[in-house]
Amino acid sequence: MALQDVCKWQAPDTQELSPHLSQAGGWAVPRGCDPPTFLQTQGPRLAHGTTTLAFRFRHGVIAAADTRSSCSNYVACPASRKVIPVHQHLLGTTSGTSADCTTWYRVLQRELRLRALREGQLPSVASAAKLLSAMMSRYRGLDLCVATALCGWDRSGPALFYVYSDGTRLQGDIFSVGSGSPYAYGVLDRGYRYDMTTQEAYALARCAVAHATHRDAYSGGSVDLFHVRESGWEYVSRNDAWVLYSELQKLPELEEQEEKEASQVHPEPATPAQSW
Amino acid sequence: MASRYDRAITVFSPDGHLFQVEYAQEAVKKGSTAVGIRGTNIVVLGVEKKSVAKLQDERTVRKICALDDHVCMAFAGLTADARVVINRARVECQSHKLTVEDPVTVEYITRFIATLKQKYTQSNGRRPFGISALIVGFDDDGIPRLYQTDPSGTYHAWKANAIGRSAKTVREFLEKNYTEDAIANDNEAIKLAIRALLEVVQSGGKNIELAIIRRNQPLKMFSAKEIELQVTAIEKEKEEAEKKKSKKTV
Repeated sequence: MALQDVCKWQAPDTQELSPHLSQAGGWAVPRGCDPPTFLQTQGPRLAHGTTTLAFRFRHGVIAAADTRSSCSNYVACPASRKVIPVHQHLLGTTSGTSADCTTWYRVLQRELRLRALREGQLPSVASAAKLLSAMMSRYRGLDLCVATALCGWDRSGPALFYVYSDGTRLQGDIFSVGSGSPYAYGVLDRGYRYDMTTQEAYALARCAVAHATHRDAYSGGSVDLFHVRESGWEYVSRNDAWVLYSELQKLPELEEQEEKEASQVHPEPATPAQSW
Repeated sequence: MASRYDRAITVFSPDGHLFQVEYAQEAVKKGSTAVGIRGTNIVVLGVEKKSVAKLQDERTVRKICALDDHVCMAFAGLTADARVVINRARVECQSHKLTVEDPVTVEYITRFIATLKQKYTQSNGRRPFGISALIVGFDDDGIPRLYQTDPSGTYHAWKANAIGRSAKTVREFLEKNYTEDAIANDNEAIKLAIRALLEVVQSGGKNIELAIIRRNQPLKMFSAKEIELQVTAIEKEKEEAEKKKSKKTV
């Protein structure tokens, strides 16, 4: 508008992202001070330790996590919820700074709800991941730490995206995030098949997190298990991590017994007589 | 009465009219006819080509424009206004893809164009866009869509519609002839669009421009030859229908 241009006033754009968040870099720091360095030297010590995992298979997406919230050497909460529902068909596993994760998930929930109202249908998981990574990449360099796997079921079927607070956005079949992720990846890579049954998938997820809690100091407590189906997400179970691990340790004894029985039925071939 | 209430368009007249918007609709009625048809697996856009001067390059006059791979539009009214709207719509299609990874739905981009037009009916110092648009395309779910916008910023979905000069005649023709059989297959839908245009276009197929989108395929503009083929087929059908009629009466 002509008058607008003269007064240099910018009308708010309704199509843009609507979060009323302060501009990235808008910190009250002393003049000449650079926010990232300031945070590193003076900022709160944020520690992140967790094991979360998610994988997609024929019957949906499984999300599992431990429940230990740690702050350096202190267990702040042994029973925290690390898998956050965004809407009926979308879950997010959270890793990194708990506060950052919960805040950004609330922002994402709001964005998705607004778009659902405008368009008449929920955005796809790919869109949600894109929105989240775009929102967070504006705060790059300011020590945001959110490493999350978005698990959902949309028009294209089961969908899984990994989003990191520097703006990384990856699509994949298996993701594990957190300090316990190397241990979980080992178990997952061994047992994953796209055509698993639901029970096999539950067992695999529980096994992976239990093993990670056994070795990683920052993971423990219980194992939460979620399943996203076509009809929406479902909270499958919460099992104590130590109990789970002990039960898994019992299984090899059963295997050994089976081997013994098998060898009795089919005796090993006798060594051939030595010929002089 | 009207003359006192049409200077600044932000002002309503005492009986509730926005006269500038209505005058814009008059400008649309002066533009060359455009017709849109929504078939079962195809959407068709046809426009009347205004005859060009001898020295003018015909190819620079384009009334059917692609907004994205799966959406296109035709307009009636002021060409310059249309150019601005089309540009903004094209940018919005790509911005949408960048922000949410999905291509726009036909309804979304129609709503965007309509909102843009409405903004210009509620600003001081600006006049409304003098165009009506027919927007066609397929959504991700494979359903064909046809929408029409007008200078006031309203939009509606249609099965078949016409805008521009003699739009009323064409619309009446469509109301009579748009049946399930008429759009049974793609070719029939194309023929219906051409027949509708031939009602009002002088000098036949030479002055018609046609474009189609089939499901999961990009926009296809018909060449003059292809249009001629369709027109000849239509004329043959007409002759045969005439013969049958005369046989019956005898």
